[in-house]
Amino acid sequence: MDAKTWKNPIIAWVDKRLPIFTMMQHDLVDYPTPRNLNYWWNFGSLAGIVLVIMIATGVVLAMHYTPHTQHAFESVERIMRDVNYGWLLRYLHMNGASMFFIVVYIHMFRGLYYGSYKAPRELLWQIGVIILLAMMATAFMGYVLPWGQMSYWGAKVITNLFSAIPLVGDAIVTWLWGGFAVDNPTLNRFFALHYLLPFLLFALVFLHLVALHTSKSNNPLGIDVKGPQDTIPFTPYYTVKDMFGLGAFLIFYLAFVFFAPNFFGEPDNYIKANPMQTPPHIVPEWYFLPFYAILRAITFDILFIPAKLLGVIAMFAAVLVLLFLPWLDRSPVRSARFRPIYKQVFWLFVADCILLGVVGGHPPEGVWVPLGQAATAFYFAFFLVIMPLLGFIERPRPLPSSISAPVTGKGVGISAHGVAE
Amino acid sequence: MKRKTLAAAFATLLFTTGAAVASEAPKLPAQSWSFSGTFGTFGRPDLQRGFQVYKQICSSCHAAHLLAYRNLTDIGFTPQQVTDFAADFEVEDGPNDEGEMFTRKAVAADRFVKPFPNEAAARAANNGAYPPDLSLMTKARVGGPDYVYALLTGYKEEPPAGFALMEGMHYNEYFPGHQVAMAPPLSEGGVDYADGTTATVEQMAKDVVTFLSWAAEPEMEVRKRLGVKVMIFLVALTALLFALKRKIWSDVH
Repeated sequence: MDAKTWKNPIIAWVDKRLPIFTMMQHDLVDYPTPRNLNYWWNFGSLAGIVLVIMIATGVVLAMHYTPHTQHAFESVERIMRDVNYGWLLRYLHMNGASMFFIVVYIHMFRGLYYGSYKAPRELLWQIGVIILLAMMATAFMGYVLPWGQMSYWGAKVITNLFSAIPLVGDAIVTWLWGGFAVDNPTLNRFFALHYLLPFLLFALVFLHLVALHTSKSNNPLGIDVKGPQDTIPFTPYYTVKDMFGLGAFLIFYLAFVFFAPNFFGEPDNYIKANPMQTPPHIVPEWYFLPFYAILRAITFDILFIPAKLLGVIAMFAAVLVLLFLPWLDRSPVRSARFRPIYKQVFWLFVADCILLGVVGGHPPEGVWVPLGQAATAFYFAFFLVIMPLLGFIERPRPLPSSISAPVTGKGVGISAHGVAE
Repeated sequence: MKRKTLAAAFATLLFTTGAAVASEAPKLPAQSWSFSGTFGTFGRPDLQRGFQVYKQICSSCHAAHLLAYRNLTDIGFTPQQVTDFAADFEVEDGPNDEGEMFTRKAVAADRFVKPFPNEAAARAANNGAYPPDLSLMTKARVGGPDYVYALLTGYKEEPPAGFALMEGMHYNEYFPGHQVAMAPPLSEGGVDYADGTTATVEQMAKDVVTFLSWAAEPEMEVRKRLGVKVMIFLVALTALLFALKRKIWSDVH
């Protein structure tokens, strides 16, 4: 990158020794961005902002929270009642977790639709999957901290999954718990890790951005940038677009915080944890429900592998399969706009994920069992069968010659808002 | 079109999962609460009557340990009244300079004194059942205030034919399993309202649920008031940002 000459002598002095201003100019201002990104591209920056909100509110909450089984529940209520604006901090943090997953799931579905995981963005996508895994671990441990009934029993159910590992399973669970039950050592380590992981997340997000700025943003047409006529500088165009998106997002987020703060929560978590009393239905937070459904879909042994272990494998595989997506998808075309079959199957997949979420919220009885199994089968078939096969049987529609060509009047009506369909 | 589909799909996911765990018990009749909705507030007279019901009836078995006497100034009692309420209770304090524990009268800064020293004592006095703490009750049950109201007014003298009611239990339409250890707590004229309101079962239930809702969410009024201001600000800001975005992008389109 060319060192820019800075007018302000102090900035120039610093920049010569440590080029942070040049870097900022390069990555936040000049960064050439495809001119045709639509509003689905807002969710990446939103996810970053939510992470910052979570860390900021979380650090202050940690100043008032007591990670001890005898005090955790009451200390959270003390935050709600006696700490100045403690209720606001906690509700921001609590609902922020749900917002984080909403934003990230949309961000991922966008990547899936427009083929953003394909060459040369495979690592960018994979870092994203690792970010999702780290988020899930962080969210799970954070949910345990208020030490309500669902905190305790959720922790018990999820940590118990590791007991399915042959031979060493039980030893691993004891090691995770730091004892022979979910107890004070468990709560303490979950708090420590819940504080640590977001900073690792932050580092991963940084890598995600380095990878992004190396291969540059994909776009709704899924074709490569051909030259400067295809791009516009990030600032002011996308900074202002992201700011507008942020405003709209904050209205959505804060409406929950101020007017329905417990909408995403379980009433049971306002009952203090009681190891002697199991709640009638143990359900994880909504963002884990699709994976919970996959976990419970396997109700049968296969050969010598017990159903429980298979369920655990299926659940982890449901996330890990995303790591292989860049190679499972054999189609040379990125954007679903030019893939007539994939475009249909994509929406089926979205519907399938939602169905899995609904199944995960119901007790595994009656019709919910076969429904969950069918939805799980489709989930994996989408990645392992449909994706590879489509590359061979699908005939993609012709791609436009460049991003700017249609904008300047030739070809179909494409604007910065996307194709007029 | 597609955008609408995805938005609708997400809405479905969000709204169905929240309700997914309900079911079983009969549908709760929805009450109209003064504190529901965006602008809802707690009526101060309702809160004070509700506190009277809690104090004279509920608190003989149920603790509300997250509340402090000082909190009662928030529902319109004077500091002197609060001091007087607190003075009816004894708390253990100490050790003093001789190393002895002693009891003293509760003060405004103390938390509500529990009716029983521990769970075992509570069970022993209540036929083996443990009266739960009420501080968060309206947040800790599916249906919230409607559920607590339905429970308080949902007792039936006789269980339906064929229902095997256990010894010492009471039939309640809305309690999970319909058998509740708590005897019907409210009866006509159960309290003598200081403000002269007629103490019907429905009136007392409504008042005490209002009080308990405040106890569970003492921040609610401040939260909603701040929320309205924040929303007005954000809508204006977002509108301006949208106008700015259009202006800046006008040379790209």
